[in-house]
Amino acid sequence: MPNTETYNDHVVRLFLLASAVWGIIGMLVGMYAAAELAWPALNFDIPWLTFSRIRPDHTFGVIFAFGGSALMGTCYYVVQRTGHTRLALNKLANFTFWGWQLACVLAMATMPFGITQSKEYAEPEWFVDLLVAVVWVAFGAVFFATLARRRIRHIYVANWYYGAFIIAVGLLHIVNNIAIPVSLFKSYQVYSGTVDAMVQWWYGHNAVAFFLTAGFLGMMYYFVPRQAQQPLWSYRFSIVNFWALISVYMWAGSHHLMYTALPDWVQSVGMAFSLILLMPSWGSAANGLLTFNGSWHRLKDDPAAKFMVLALVFYAAATFEGSMMAIKTVNSLSHYTDWTIAHVHSGSLGWVAMITIGSLYAMAPRALGQPAMYSRRGMEVHFWLHLSGTLLYVLAMWWAGVTEGMMWRATQPDGSLTYSFLDSLIAIKPLYALRWFGGVLIWLGMWVMAWNLWYTAADARAHLIKPIPVPIPEPDSDQTPAPLPAQG
Amino acid sequence: MAGGYKYFEAIEKHAGLLGILTAIMVSIGGLAEITPMFMEAHKVQPADGVKPYDPLRLAGRDIYVREGCYLCHSQMIRALRFETQRYGHYSVASESVYDRPFQWGSKRTGPDLARIGGKYSDDWQRLHLQDPRKVAPDSNMPGYPWLEKTPLDASDIQARMRVLRMLGDPYSDADIASAPEALKDKNELDALVAYLQGLGIKNEPASMTAASPASDGGTP
Repeated sequence: MPNTETYNDHVVRLFLLASAVWGIIGMLVGMYAAAELAWPALNFDIPWLTFSRIRPDHTFGVIFAFGGSALMGTCYYVVQRTGHTRLALNKLANFTFWGWQLACVLAMATMPFGITQSKEYAEPEWFVDLLVAVVWVAFGAVFFATLARRRIRHIYVANWYYGAFIIAVGLLHIVNNIAIPVSLFKSYQVYSGTVDAMVQWWYGHNAVAFFLTAGFLGMMYYFVPRQAQQPLWSYRFSIVNFWALISVYMWAGSHHLMYTALPDWVQSVGMAFSLILLMPSWGSAANGLLTFNGSWHRLKDDPAAKFMVLALVFYAAATFEGSMMAIKTVNSLSHYTDWTIAHVHSGSLGWVAMITIGSLYAMAPRALGQPAMYSRRGMEVHFWLHLSGTLLYVLAMWWAGVTEGMMWRATQPDGSLTYSFLDSLIAIKPLYALRWFGGVLIWLGMWVMAWNLWYTAADARAHLIKPIPVPIPEPDSDQTPAPLPAQG
Repeated sequence: MAGGYKYFEAIEKHAGLLGILTAIMVSIGGLAEITPMFMEAHKVQPADGVKPYDPLRLAGRDIYVREGCYLCHSQMIRALRFETQRYGHYSVASESVYDRPFQWGSKRTGPDLARIGGKYSDDWQRLHLQDPRKVAPDSNMPGYPWLEKTPLDASDIQARMRVLRMLGDPYSDADIASAPEALKDKNELDALVAYLQGLGIKNEPASMTAASPASDGGTP
């Protein structure tokens, strides 16, 4: 029988385009919000441009629109390659693309007008939440249906992480957003006070765990061995880390509520699990880094590999920092300060954005029918812009955060407080300007990537590329785990 | 390979089994922490003086949510000495039972507001919300001048109160019936100031001793 099955890379290309566009939009909003904190006149007394109205647009734009599009696109790419099969339910896959983009546009267009639930990272109102839930179920259906028709019996570990990401994010999204609508644009949460706080940070923390970690680890476990051109350092270690990561993460949410009115025992449990969490986190980072053993020379001539290695270094650093910040004593200093902002951005700009950019640079030429990206120098420029911007941003916010924490707790010999609140704001204002400048560098880097992708996609735009046929393997009834991801 | 591997092999080769086991593993942590809190939730009674928001304050609270104030202001004084010295008695669970959603916040670009009520005059609050730098030249808070120019929309205040009653907030029929009257001729700034001026008022716990926090947090 002739092999006529081809990979569905059309929907992958759509998500690739979407993530490049949303990256620029989401980071533009972030850059503007950062500028408003340094120079408040930039609010211009315009409601929809005011910092407090656009900040959710930044977080939603980069996490769900940029990160989400990249995750869904790479997920579709990886599940086809590792299963040697075409995506199942092609129409539903197209629906997940357009549905997700519609949800992102609706959320981004309503939040600046004050249509918000005021739950961090879950701000969009109930009608957007419903659409997100429908698209998410469809995404899960496409993914698991594709797994069901795979030709490689063994399910490669990247799919485990993508699968956990889909299941857990669906669960978190639905439980956290249960609300009774009053009107189209307003609803009230069924939870109140302390219970709502616990549910929200169970969600908030695990959005980080499963959206920003498990999903991107799926990306890492496919594209890092691909780019290093050798198998994972230890396949079994990746499995051990998988079970540890997904079960331990869910306990750690309460570390966002140290010394608050949340019951003490929940705070302590959260702290204990946050410390345990360091092991699977470092395990995953080490597994990725050690995969480059013997091919470190690639860092010299492959910017995509450089992004990936730096991403893993930032992942190790940020998870160490996170576990330390979950220690109550440290948390008493860091909480409510810009240290949290530094931590989040070393994770999101360092780990999430870099593994995404590295993976996009690895995937884009293959999905666009090219031997390589259009400009290697462009990738180099992007790397240095992104890295220097991230370091500038994170160092500025660390400095600011520790300054605030120390000034808030400083007391005079007679026991009275040394500084007013405003003193601490005045002390960190120059750092807000520095942080903004770091953001500008990162944003410029995103434009370089968009430009590079545009020219790499020239043939695809002219409809000159042919779909890639699925390599149908010989049937193998008793495969032992074959850790090498499929070529393609 | 060791004999136990064949069981694990089953997971690695069956997507359904892998999915189910994943779902179980991710559910345990949340169930363990959230379920007990649900069971206890009915035991947390409102503190003395904590009443469901009256219509004007409820409208003000919804404006606080709409404008995104929680992104820069917490409403949760931690049980730490330097916190109670600055902001007053640490916050307790019984103070936020009517907050849907909670407004504890996670970042202080500005100070905590859990007990801001009564600390400044109404006039100061109004001026500060219109143009913060008029009263605090170094502040980086945005101005919210549109609030004073926008009349309060009373059209769905009753619907809001009915939904909250459905969720358990004890509003009486009379409370709901008289709500539109309470919002008459008010603007959004009036409502927000009423909400702020009510925060933390009359509900500090009886043991109002800022000098005895649960912990001093130690030295980091």
